[in-house]
Amino acid sequence: MTTYKETFGKLNRAALIPFFVIGDPDFETSLSVVKSAIDAGADVLELGIPFSDPIADGPTIQKADIRALNAGMTVRKALDFIKRVTDYKSIPIGLLVYYNLVYQYGTEKFLKDFKAAGGSSVLVADLSIDDSDEIAGPAKEAGLETVFMITPVTTDERAERIAEKTTGFIYTVSLLGVTGERASLSNMVKPLVTKLKTLTDVPVCVGFGVSSPQHAKAIAAAGADGVIIGSRIVKMIEDNLNDKQKMQSEISVFITQVKSVLE
Amino acid sequence: MENNGRFGDFGGFYVPEVLIPALEEIERAFYRFKGDPKFVAQLDELYTRYAGRPTPLYFAKRFSEYVGFKVYVKREDLLHGGAHKVNNTLGQGLLAKFMGKTKLIAETGAGQHGLATAMIGALFGMQTKIFMGTVDTRRQSVNVHKMKLCGAEVIPVAGGTGTLKDAINEALRYWTANVIDTFYLFGSVCGPHPYPTVVKHFQMPIGTEARKQCIEQIGKPPDMVVACVGGGSNAIGIFSGFFDDKKVRLIGVEAGGEGVQTGKHCATLLEGKIGVFHGSRSYLLQSDEGQIYETHSVSAGLDYPAVGPEHCFLKDTQRAEYVTADDEDVLDAFEIFTKSEGILPALESAHALAFLISQKGKLPKDTVAVINLSGRGDKDVGIVEEHRPVQ
Repeated sequence: MTTYKETFGKLNRAALIPFFVIGDPDFETSLSVVKSAIDAGADVLELGIPFSDPIADGPTIQKADIRALNAGMTVRKALDFIKRVTDYKSIPIGLLVYYNLVYQYGTEKFLKDFKAAGGSSVLVADLSIDDSDEIAGPAKEAGLETVFMITPVTTDERAERIAEKTTGFIYTVSLLGVTGERASLSNMVKPLVTKLKTLTDVPVCVGFGVSSPQHAKAIAAAGADGVIIGSRIVKMIEDNLNDKQKMQSEISVFITQVKSVLE
Repeated sequence: MENNGRFGDFGGFYVPEVLIPALEEIERAFYRFKGDPKFVAQLDELYTRYAGRPTPLYFAKRFSEYVGFKVYVKREDLLHGGAHKVNNTLGQGLLAKFMGKTKLIAETGAGQHGLATAMIGALFGMQTKIFMGTVDTRRQSVNVHKMKLCGAEVIPVAGGTGTLKDAINEALRYWTANVIDTFYLFGSVCGPHPYPTVVKHFQMPIGTEARKQCIEQIGKPPDMVVACVGGGSNAIGIFSGFFDDKKVRLIGVEAGGEGVQTGKHCATLLEGKIGVFHGSRSYLLQSDEGQIYETHSVSAGLDYPAVGPEHCFLKDTQRAEYVTADDEDVLDAFEIFTKSEGILPALESAHALAFLISQKGKLPKDTVAVINLSGRGDKDVGIVEEHRPVQ
């Protein structure tokens, strides 16, 4: 398994990282959508296990979580889903999950099973570095990389500590707020990425509010190693629930467009 | 953080990274100002002249005759706003003011905390937003109106189950985007550190006064102290006065809803499993996989799937006991207490009364029980009328 550092190093450009809620709107459709995203040029995948109360997420991803849960998605099925994706193509998969789901499954067992399914890294949305011991040891044990968030309000001193705890990549939150589409890219991105690049050599990816090829291009120009696009893509699922063909083709076209500006 | 906010293994601050600086800022300010003479003097004056502290400890003679032992009632229902919530909103509101914050947000279930925050927003001239589930805005419409009259904006939250947990989700999301100028005035002893510690501190006058009043009026501490537990702030407030009196039984009463066997309840401590939710490790009502359950109670103020971490600790260390009261018994208690004392208890507080009624004839008649009447029941008259039409 290649590390993120190797993955990003080989690309020589910013990686395109689409985000999907596993099982949105149902297991099979979700799997086809993810496969077509891979075919369209995704370099890394960020996948989320749906949770009843996703406090870091805006309305678009909340609705996706509810769709997936209503269609019967479970933690065990989500792990099976990841296996099906990595069977299709060997691609780095970063997991985004809320802590209680990991905790109830049993942290060590969860991380071991996720690794066995082909996963690369884990980001627990509601676990900061202050409690990272609860996840860092078991993640290392399982052979997984860790991802932590840095935001525009994170102090330099804390950013350095976060970078030390991060073995995968830093998930840079580009704005103050929850996930969701935004018309314009936050003006905090460039200074934040520039600063992080001086503080650490851990790869830096940017997400939250990234909604267009232009946003992606600006993030890449700022020096980021990867661009994470979530709500914009998840919204294409929501908007095409009655036409799965169109859902897939819209997402493919969008990913191809973003990819072309990054290349 | 200076402190890890743990009660045994419970508590902590499990939040997205973006909220950490805001929680650290509140923690720092709390430790800096809680003993500051100017802060203490201002808060004392507000407690006395604005809220109406100290509240009486009242011997409920006819209710005592009914249950067959002595019941003293801590009258938090007499506070301004009609509930103990104002103790906390004055404390945190003043803290926000000392920190130079100009905007307040809060979540609310029954509307009591929302109203108490709206009052303080008006008092301090701060812009106030209250997040409230749509199920709760419907069943507590009078409180919604009162909040608006105080100048607060009430934001209905339709997502999820439309109750308190969803209001908290939405308030946290809003705070995430507005952490720089907004103070989140959390309503109970739950959530991430430092809230369980901060809210407890501002609710402690209930227990301090109650103990002093017991000594003055009875000449000794009571045999038991009883309070309802949703998130658990009124219970921690009164229990804290008696922690050192090892012989005093501390009894928390959770909402049994339609009966714990039906699954429609919020008996978190009794039926829940340990997990991590809304920033804290505590007992939770959840599925095997960790999805959070919808809860049920006739009282909106107890409708919450988590519970304060200190209560979890008190349960596991057996310093406090926890029991449930079902909706029907609570409605009985509401009627019995109102008829015997002429005091309408909030349905939340009526859970504590229901426990006392369940002990009718089982305790020696010289037993002394103190119950925290955490709120008045005017807000619940419509709900009681629906369930038990007055003949």
